[in-house]
Amino acid sequence: MSNSTLPTKQRDHISTPVSAGLGESVARPDGTLKVTGDFAFSSDLWAEGMLWASTLRSPHPHARIKSINIAPALKINGVSAVLTHDDVPGAKLYGLEIIDQPVLAFDTIRFHGEAIAIVAADHPETAKRAAQAIIVEYEILEPVIDPDFAISGKAPVIHTGGNITRHVPILFGPQDLTADVVVKGEYEVGMQDQAPLGPESGLAIPAEDGGIDLYLSTQWLHVDRGQLATVLGLPPEKVRLTLAGVGGAFGAREDLSMQAHVSLLAMRTGKPVKIVYSREESFFGHVHRHPGKLRYEHGVTKEGKLVYVKATIVLDGGAYASSSPAVCANAACFAVGPYEVESATINSYVAYTNNPPCGAMRGFGAVQTAFAYESQMDKIAEVLGMDPIDLRLKNAMSRNSLMPTGQPIDSAAPVAEILEKLRAMPLPPLTSTTEGFDIIELPGGASNATHGEGVRRGIGYALGVKNVGFSEGFDDYSTAKVSLQIINGEPVVEVHTAAAEVGQGLVTLKGQIARTELGVQRVVVHVSDTQVGSAGSTSASRQSYVTGGAVMTACKAVRDEILLFAMEKLGHLHPHLLHFRATYLLVDGEIRDGNGTLVSSLADLVQDRIFECTREYRHRPTTPIDPITGQGLPHTQFAFAGHRAVVDVDIETGLVKVIEMATVQDVGKALNPQAIEGQIEGGTAQGLGLAILEEIQVVNGKVKNPSFTDYLIPTVLDMPPVRSIILEYADEHAPYGLRGVGEAPTISSTPAIVSAIRAATGLALTRVPVRPEHITSTM
Amino acid sequence: MDFFRPTSLADALKLKSAHPLALCINGGTDVMVELNFDRKRPETLLDLSAVTELNQWSEAGDSIVLGAGVTYSRIQTELHAQLPGLAMASRTVGSLQIRNRGGVGGNLGSASPAGDAHPALLATGATVNVSSVRGGRSIDIHEYFIAPKKSALDPDEIIISITIPKARGGQQYSKIGTRNAMVIAVCSFGLAIDLQTRKVGTGIGSAGPTPLRAVEAEAFAASHLDWEKGAALAPELLAEFGALVSAASRPIDDIRGTAAYRRHTLSVIAARSLKWAWTSTNEFRST
Ligand SMILES: Cc1cc2nc3c(=O)[nH]c(=O)nc-3n(C[C@H](O)[C@H](O)[C@H](O)COP(=O)(O)OP(=O)(O)OC[C@H]3O[C@@H](n4cnc5c(N)ncnc54)[C@H](O)[C@@H]3O)c2cc1C
Repeated sequence: MSNSTLPTKQRDHISTPVSAGLGESVARPDGTLKVTGDFAFSSDLWAEGMLWASTLRSPHPHARIKSINIAPALKINGVSAVLTHDDVPGAKLYGLEIIDQPVLAFDTIRFHGEAIAIVAADHPETAKRAAQAIIVEYEILEPVIDPDFAISGKAPVIHTGGNITRHVPILFGPQDLTADVVVKGEYEVGMQDQAPLGPESGLAIPAEDGGIDLYLSTQWLHVDRGQLATVLGLPPEKVRLTLAGVGGAFGAREDLSMQAHVSLLAMRTGKPVKIVYSREESFFGHVHRHPGKLRYEHGVTKEGKLVYVKATIVLDGGAYASSSPAVCANAACFAVGPYEVESATINSYVAYTNNPPCGAMRGFGAVQTAFAYESQMDKIAEVLGMDPIDLRLKNAMSRNSLMPTGQPIDSAAPVAEILEKLRAMPLPPLTSTTEGFDIIELPGGASNATHGEGVRRGIGYALGVKNVGFSEGFDDYSTAKVSLQIINGEPVVEVHTAAAEVGQGLVTLKGQIARTELGVQRVVVHVSDTQVGSAGSTSASRQSYVTGGAVMTACKAVRDEILLFAMEKLGHLHPHLLHFRATYLLVDGEIRDGNGTLVSSLADLVQDRIFECTREYRHRPTTPIDPITGQGLPHTQFAFAGHRAVVDVDIETGLVKVIEMATVQDVGKALNPQAIEGQIEGGTAQGLGLAILEEIQVVNGKVKNPSFTDYLIPTVLDMPPVRSIILEYADEHAPYGLRGVGEAPTISSTPAIVSAIRAATGLALTRVPVRPEHITSTM
Repeated sequence: MDFFRPTSLADALKLKSAHPLALCINGGTDVMVELNFDRKRPETLLDLSAVTELNQWSEAGDSIVLGAGVTYSRIQTELHAQLPGLAMASRTVGSLQIRNRGGVGGNLGSASPAGDAHPALLATGATVNVSSVRGGRSIDIHEYFIAPKKSALDPDEIIISITIPKARGGQQYSKIGTRNAMVIAVCSFGLAIDLQTRKVGTGIGSAGPTPLRAVEAEAFAASHLDWEKGAALAPELLAEFGALVSAASRPIDDIRGTAAYRRHTLSVIAARSLKWAWTSTNEFRST
């Protein structure tokens, strides 16, 4: 298990000399552009004669639409079209897993901010004012706001079929165990937002063939296309999408937002139409992380061995399903954490309510449960008088441990090592408050709230685990087209996929893979579009794995074709090669024989031919889970990470300064170490946000803080230095041994910080984000 | 929309009287937000940022006359010795980008109860100098704030400058915000000790409909400080001062914090501020 190098089998055809190949911290092509403000985002698109779109949204969380009068909007100078649900030519509903969300609302409004009508005009302000001029008559209804009540059977039904969007039970091991010590706890997670800096935006251009060309930000071009085709009443091939510059995603772009709207307006007006959400609208235009209530009971021996875990999880899915069913299953599967347990009884529910719809966000159900089970682990340690790390070590999963679904972990699970390494990392010194100190270092930072008064140091640890890739039997694949040709006497490789680069660095990685596989320095990464097969979603930490796997496979196919061609053309030079069906090798852009002797340069061999291969790549198949017992093999790979948080808390004001985050994560194989560090630091920051800052405040179904003035994300002064250790235990089932990286760091960051705040304050703190008044009101 | 950008004060005043409904814009860090959110749709914008007179500060005896357009960044670097309380408040405003554009004139123009300059101005007993074609007048800062986002400024008036006494004792500004920077005050407190007049000035932000003054706390501190020798303050005295400041606040529950939290933390930062300011008052004693 301590093997951290690649299986040699995958290396034998590669010698290293290309630079910017796998394993190097290759710089991203968009890095400098983004820092200097020169990167073109989807909000920067422009087309000759384009119109601007705007959306009218409901001010009420629950209402019946009695009438919509668009006449006043149409009268406004410069307005080209005003559309409502009546104008949707195809299906009026869409959805990722359950088709339940109206493209434009009809009959019933189910959440605050639901889209009702759309406008195209010659100026964005005109469009906005026209949208405001539309008169909607509402019959206001009482919103269902409490998910527990929603699923109680007593609440009004929000969608036919009832308010339980999904219930996932998991019954693992004997169900009648008792234990020496029983520890119960109830936890709550607030509604976090992905808060991508790039707002929803795109440009739709009607095409001469009656189809539409779209340039926009999304996470999955093909699933957008599929939904758009049904909504627009077009065959899929007439809906062509090209990925524009994406300013972050984190799950917020998995569902349709503006895509159908901007397309409808372009098709109606026959003109290019552009849409850009404002920051405020962005908060209404995408789904959020599910808030949840989690009720736990752990049975443990006096020695600290887990006997059973019982958990009831109720997630608030809001008004529409989005990816709620999958989030619900993930919460169930990862309800226990990276711990072995004899018995588990999990019931995970996701409810329809009239709150904002919730769906995918980095961590996807595993974030909510990690806060609960790690809080429980700390509580158990306290009850038993044990060191919290020792307690975790005693129960840590390892290779071959069983998940509560009964699925064995068939690759590395270095949970114990993560804990030991976290414990061994040096601790930062106490914050100085002697002569010449800077208030920036203290809780409150620039606000000058303390000079050391009331400040207590706390240290906390937490672990997290999550699946990589789509689960429960989903046919999860990606497609890559790779070509090689000679341009100006030099071999050039082109890599073409439909995978969404949302800022994670996949463009860079695709180039690294091609360089390493083909030994060719010049690689052109084609813009992602629907002219090639689906790449699946940029989510579930899966693109390096699945699209990386597809690029690898297509590169190998190109290499094999070139070598076959070399055999045909040059085989006579080495007739014995033909005889033994051995092959030439492609090394450094040269054809060599088995002894490493040059046979031909690529340029001489290939000349004006183009070698092109398109390949699909699938990770190992998974299975659905049993609907009664939750047993099955739903996941293909697991990612493990742990954090140690060091915080200073001013216990008199409740202000928190996170001093340092230390983290250890197994990445299987570090294909681009700097990109991995970026993911780890960003994920840690997002976890910090959930721990102490980020919450969409929803009061009686209404969003109260849809702005960056009041939805607070961490600034550079809130985010401390991150000390990270990257483990590389190759997963023998994955391309290059890699393990998906993106989500794991978000999961354990939050509970580690709360644990540290508990250590500093002695408070129970059962809800995130922890607000200052939670600390002061109970001190 | 009409847009005027005068370069002299005289032109600015003429334009303002010709267009009394023109919205002044200086740094634009409040105005542009209002425009973006469609909360304001002015017919006319009067850009004051090129008016030389508004972008200067000068000394006048024991006071600094601070041009309405002098940015927070400049206050921090150029005036931290003379106006330490206001410089501290300036440091807490927004981000560097905001501090490079915004200034006290705009803060007073918006007259938000959360404006960070206000408690510092209240504590030092500043005067707001305003002007129109009708002539000029000076408004005592304690008379300036009337209601939430409403001030004593008349529609045709422009804020020219603020006269602020130079520090003659320790000053502090302390703010409670959930984030370590870039945050609107949940509540805030400004304090100025005047060794010469033996007075203590206070200002409370974000804990009432307008910025407030804690009159009883001021009197209590002034009568209990050891003005002669500067003896250290007993914890009970600090706590009592904090309680009096808290009692002078009139906070509400909102999304940024509860009234109870505001009352509690005001008492904490007021007590701390008095301790810190009293300690630094010793530096003024020796000179
Ligand atoms: C991201 C961000 C963060 C912020 N953080 C803070 C913060 O931490 N603390 C804080 O207090 N504020 C903050 N603000 C608000 C703003 O920066 C301050 O209120 C600032 O002082 C405004 O100054 P300005 O010159 O930009 O004003 P402008 O926006 O130009 O004007 C503001 C108002 O004052 C009027 N006005 C301007 N100059 C004059 C004049 N000479 N005479 C008469 N009226 C005038 C305008 O008509 C307008 O009503 C923040 C704003 C942003 C966008």
